[in-house]
Amino acid sequence: MSSIGKKALMAASGLVLVGFVIAHLAGNLLVYGGPSALNAYAEKLRHVPPLLWSARVFLLAAVAVHIATSVQLAIENRRARPQRYRVQRMAETTLAARTMLPSGLLVLAYVIYHLLHFTFRAAHPELSRATDALGRHDVYAMVVLSFQQPPIAFAYVVGMAAVCLHLNHGIGSAAQTLGWTDERTLRWWARAGRLLSFALFIGYISIPLSILLGLVG
Amino acid sequence: MRLTLRVWRQKSAKEPGRFETYEAKDISPDLSFLELLDVVNDGLQQRGLDPIAFDHDCREGICGSCAMMINGEAHGPQPAVAACQLYLRHFKDGETLTIEPWRARAFPIIRDLIVDRSAFDRIIQAGGYVSVDTGSAPEANSVPVPKPDAEEAMDAAACIGCGACVAACPNASAMLFVAAKVSHLAKLPQGQAERKPRVLNMVEQMDREGFGNCTNHYECMAACPKSIHVKFIAQLNRDYLKACRRR
Repeated sequence: MSSIGKKALMAASGLVLVGFVIAHLAGNLLVYGGPSALNAYAEKLRHVPPLLWSARVFLLAAVAVHIATSVQLAIENRRARPQRYRVQRMAETTLAARTMLPSGLLVLAYVIYHLLHFTFRAAHPELSRATDALGRHDVYAMVVLSFQQPPIAFAYVVGMAAVCLHLNHGIGSAAQTLGWTDERTLRWWARAGRLLSFALFIGYISIPLSILLGLVG
Repeated sequence: MRLTLRVWRQKSAKEPGRFETYEAKDISPDLSFLELLDVVNDGLQQRGLDPIAFDHDCREGICGSCAMMINGEAHGPQPAVAACQLYLRHFKDGETLTIEPWRARAFPIIRDLIVDRSAFDRIIQAGGYVSVDTGSAPEANSVPVPKPDAEEAMDAAACIGCGACVAACPNASAMLFVAAKVSHLAKLPQGQAERKPRVLNMVEQMDREGFGNCTNHYECMAACPKSIHVKFIAQLNRDYLKACRRR
């Protein structure tokens, strides 16, 4: 496949995952609505298994495409300059753009831990196996009990920082790769991407922070 | 003024290269960077040493021959100029400058600071042209071109093919060059007939040459002596993805 084809796939799959990150935050914020709101939402998500599983398969496919194309592109980029410069000064690029590979790997590592913790409930079974009065899985208790542990909250903040850093460059870059930009909208996309990634960061980390501070729970 | 130069010396692609240090004393700040190398080379030749090999031709910033990394920046620290139009007054007296060739797998070193940029020629041969019947020049006003399109086509056509975009790119990608060449024809009516095969073939050739992939750092735009805008890369992406869909 051509370089632009691979990059378009990487960009499109990345944007699918950005969509998920936004929707996931919207669901998570229900924690501020109390146990009934969050547990009812979690129950509803699991209510229609075919829908849940097709969404999971779709997201998993996006992750696979994103990783496969980015690894291939990164290897090709390394090969394209076998001998490095003794001195090289960067004028335009950003820290986020220079660290897409490490931030992406950190996000992947965090997502695996996160799934083991909250989805498979294997990482901290003692915190995540409660049921509420209606016999539903008590997601609210799981979240509150988990984030009352500072190491778990800290790992979460670090994971979200990696997501924020990755999207800081990723959103604007995807728009450019898919050819959605022109001279006027290029800066707009870059700025909107940075703003959105920062807003997502604040939204996500507000949950463990407010639990740690005792505002929720 | 006085400058210390650390210059990459390499006899051929097969032999290993190394940095050599040269002192340039009592030089005028009004010299261009290439004239500085001329002065250093005169001194080397008087001592019976090999002069530093570097590409140059017009020395007025329009041919795209000169090509060197000066202190880690393609064509040096001044924006929107080629090395031939860079003057020593932009450097500090007593400064040490590191001078390296473009480094990319697709641009193998020929000697010292000279690299083989025929990869660019092969990309142009793959589609960077319009096929027209030769003969008498057609009437200029028979094909109207809207002013904004003509301006944008000219902005892209300003590319002199020097390779600074590849040199400055962290991935050694040639996307800005290919984008400029694809866009300047895509903006004009004369370029429409071959628009689809052009973009497909030029990108295919670009990939075959072993350039890296653009990850939107935009270092190319900062390094370009003609300030070619990265909006043309978006245009290239658009044209390519559209051409793929209709293949």
